[in-house]
Parts: sequence; C-alpha cells; structure tokens
Amino acid sequence: MADKKGPETWKEMNPGCMVFRPGSSREYHTGSWRAQKPVWQNEKCIKCGICYIFCPEGCIKEDEEGYFVADLNYCKGCGICAHECWPGAIKMVEED
Amino acid sequence: MSKRIGMEVAIAAAEAAALCRFDVAAVYPITPQSHVAEHLSDIVADGRIDAEFITVESEHSALSSAIGAAGTGARVVTATSSQGLMYMHEVLPIASAMRLPIVMIIANRAVSGPLNIWNDHTDIMHERDTGWISLFAQNGQEVVDMTIQAFKIGEHRDVMLPVNVNMDGFQLTHMVEPILMPEQEEVDKFLPAYKPYAMVHPDTPVSMGTLAMPEFYAEALKAKDMAMAASRKIIAQVWKDWEKQFGRKYEPIEAHRAEDAEVLMLTMGSMGETAEIAINELRKHGVKAGLLKLKLWRPFPFEELKKLTKNAKVLVVTDRAVSFGGPGGPVCGEVKAALYDEPNRPKIVNYLIGLGGRDLTISDFVDMMKRAAEATKKMPAEAYEYYGVRE
Repeated sequence: MADKKGPETWKEMNPGCMVFRPGSSREYHTGSWRAQKPVWQNEKCIKCGICYIFCPEGCIKEDEEGYFVADLNYCKGCGICAHECWPGAIKMVEED
Repeated sequence: MSKRIGMEVAIAAAEAAALCRFDVAAVYPITPQSHVAEHLSDIVADGRIDAEFITVESEHSALSSAIGAAGTGARVVTATSSQGLMYMHEVLPIASAMRLPIVMIIANRAVSGPLNIWNDHTDIMHERDTGWISLFAQNGQEVVDMTIQAFKIGEHRDVMLPVNVNMDGFQLTHMVEPILMPEQEEVDKFLPAYKPYAMVHPDTPVSMGTLAMPEFYAEALKAKDMAMAASRKIIAQVWKDWEKQFGRKYEPIEAHRAEDAEVLMLTMGSMGETAEIAINELRKHGVKAGLLKLKLWRPFPFEELKKLTKNAKVLVVTDRAVSFGGPGGPVCGEVKAALYDEPNRPKIVNYLIGLGGRDLTISDFVDMMKRAAEATKKMPAEAYEYYGVRE
C-alpha cells in the first residue's frame, strides 16, 4: 500500500468512490501480495504462450526473443502459469 | 391545474413516475406491485414517454439493470415488493454506495413464511440499513406526490442517494382513490431534467463501483452516512417547494391533535387514516388523544419526534413487522433510541399490528389507546404485544 495515493479523510472521498483518472489502478502494485514468484527456465520453453493466455493478471509479456516474463509489480504469485506450462518451464520460487 | 381523477393507486404511482419523464424502467412484477410494473410497461410501449422498459428475469436483475442505467446518467425507476425486495437485497447497498438516485416504488407486503401476499412492513424493515431514503405514504395522493418528490430529493447534489416510496400493498395499491394528478407542465417546473454527477461515457471516463481496501472502507461509509444526514435539509426544502407549488404540506412526522395530547399514537402508512378517526372519536369523549404519522423512515426524524412527544404521558408505537428476539417492533426500537436521553420522555407501549394483512378497525385503535393509557399507572408485563392475537 505504500505507493498508493488516495483520499486522507472521508470528506476527500469522491461521491460513490468514483475514480475519474483512467488507468489509475496501474498505480496499485499487487505484486506486494506475492509469496512465490514464477521463474522461467527458457531452455525448456517452447514459446507456446500458454502462460501469457492463462495469467489472470495479464502481467505476462513476450520479450524480444519470444520468451515470456512476468511483470513482478503486478504478479500476485498465483502459480497458474507454472501449473499450465506444458514442458514445465516455469517454477514457483519462494520470495526472499 | 391538477385534475381530480379516480385511479387505482398502483397505476397512479406509475403515472407519477411517467410525469417525471423517467428514461429507464427496469421492473419485475410481483403481487401486489404488479400493476405498477404492467402500467410502466404500457406507458413505454404506447410511446407516451421516450423511455426504455427492461424486461428483466428477476428482481436482482431489475435493480442491477437500474444501477447500470443510472450509471449512464439515466433517470431510472423500479418497483417491487416483499420477496422481490429481499431478492434485491444484495444490490440495494450497492445502489446507494454508488450514489445513484434511483427511485423505487415499493408495495409493502409480508414476507414468507408462512407464505402471505398481504400487507405489512416486514419487507422494507429488512432493508432499513441499506442506505436508501425511505418515504412512507398514507394514501394514494401521497404515493403520487412522494414519487415525484423522490426524484428531486435523490437527485440533489448534496444527496445523490436512491429513494424508496413505500405504499401499503392492497390497502393502497389496489384501491381506487380520488387523486389530484399534477399536469405535465407543473411537474416539469418542479422537477428539472436530471443532470447526473457523472456518467459512464467514452468522453468522460469514470470508474464506478470501485473497491475500497480497509484503509478506505470506513471513510466511504461515513461519506454515505453524511449524505444521508445532509438529505434531511434537502427533503425539508423539497417538501417546502412542493407545498408552495401544489399546496399540500409534507413533514417527516405529521401530527394530528398532538399538541396537548396526553396519549399519543404513532403509525406509519395507510393505517394512519383509520387511527385518525379513532383519535377523533376519543377526543369527542374528552380523552386527550393525538396521532403522529411517520412519513420519513430513513433518515429517521429524531429531533421532530423529541419535540412532538415532550408533553405526552404515553406514546403508543404501532409496528407492522416483528424483530424476533428483539426489543419490540423495529419502529419502536428507533423511537425508544430517539427518546432515551430526553428528561421527560413518555411511557412507551408497543403493539404489533396488521401483520400479514390482518385488518384493524377504528375500535381496535380506540381499544389500543385506552389500554395503553393505563401505562401511567402500570406498564404492560411484556415489552410488546401482538395485538389481537388469539392466545
């Protein structure tokens, strides 16, 4: 929550908690919820993209070489990518 | 000028909503509200106003659709009763939290079980704390007037809350009454076109129905509660405007011969008219009896109640709902809370009446008043009584 800006008092709440700034939820880094992070072993990766499709956060991106990486600012560590990965290229690793 | 017409009250309620030029009606029919739903549908199908009628598959969808429509900046009306209102329950606090001024016409009815389609106030009592303004009508005229007032109250920028207008099922909904139906131009003058605070539109991006973490949830609730508190002033203003334009006076508590009354009765809804006759009968026999008709259930008029009861010896509170294992009926609980800190509070006697459509006559009200008057000497043994129940 440290980097989340918001109203200080009830008087500063927008009516109905409406938010008028588009895309502002990006400022909330859900990555802080994570206990484990996904780690790709690219030598096993067949570049099928199933991790990208299944990620409920939409935080997995394809890199320039066609491999996949998670944006750890938003990855909640749910492990779905690792569960779905056919060749077992993704391991969930404890956070430090 | 308004025309005096004879009209079934449920139909008159729908006509009143049409006079407010609603944009969307999302309604699911249920006895005894069905005539409201049917007539709203007719009004739209006949092209009498430029509006959409959403034929939903349930009450949960009715209110959800109403919220969606209101989010786009539409003036929205819905209506329900009893089980239907309970089916809406999950969505009711969301409508108020999103600060969408939807108007809901409620045909008050008992809840199952046992299955019962007749009138009492149990349905709305379950929804007391959902953040809706609750108005209670005692006759068809008040249903029409309050439906129009409801839009103006709810849409005010200091309020922005949904409003429900409560009318007794059958006793009001199915009754043909003489009603002064305002003209369209009069309503247009009273109720200007709706200017929403915000609306879902590509040109004006907004997120509605957002999440609040523990750090913000209490602040969000307080903001909603303060809007409810602010509505007291706006309701008074809207009623003043109404009186000025239409000549009919509205107050949170309408007092009848209450000024010097030693024994006061408090009613809500259509039974106030029967009770009024009983009070007049008692006055003829020299009993200092008076009546308080509660028109505003939420926000509850604490100050008005304190003022009106300060000289009474006994206050008879009638409730048309049961709070099982509670201190009495829900209205009585509020009344007792309101008067607790008063130095000269009256003795309070609570009767549960008219449950599930049980009829009450003038003599029943006279009887209640006479028996309750004894409370100055000896309070009843029980905190509340099921009036007329067969022991």
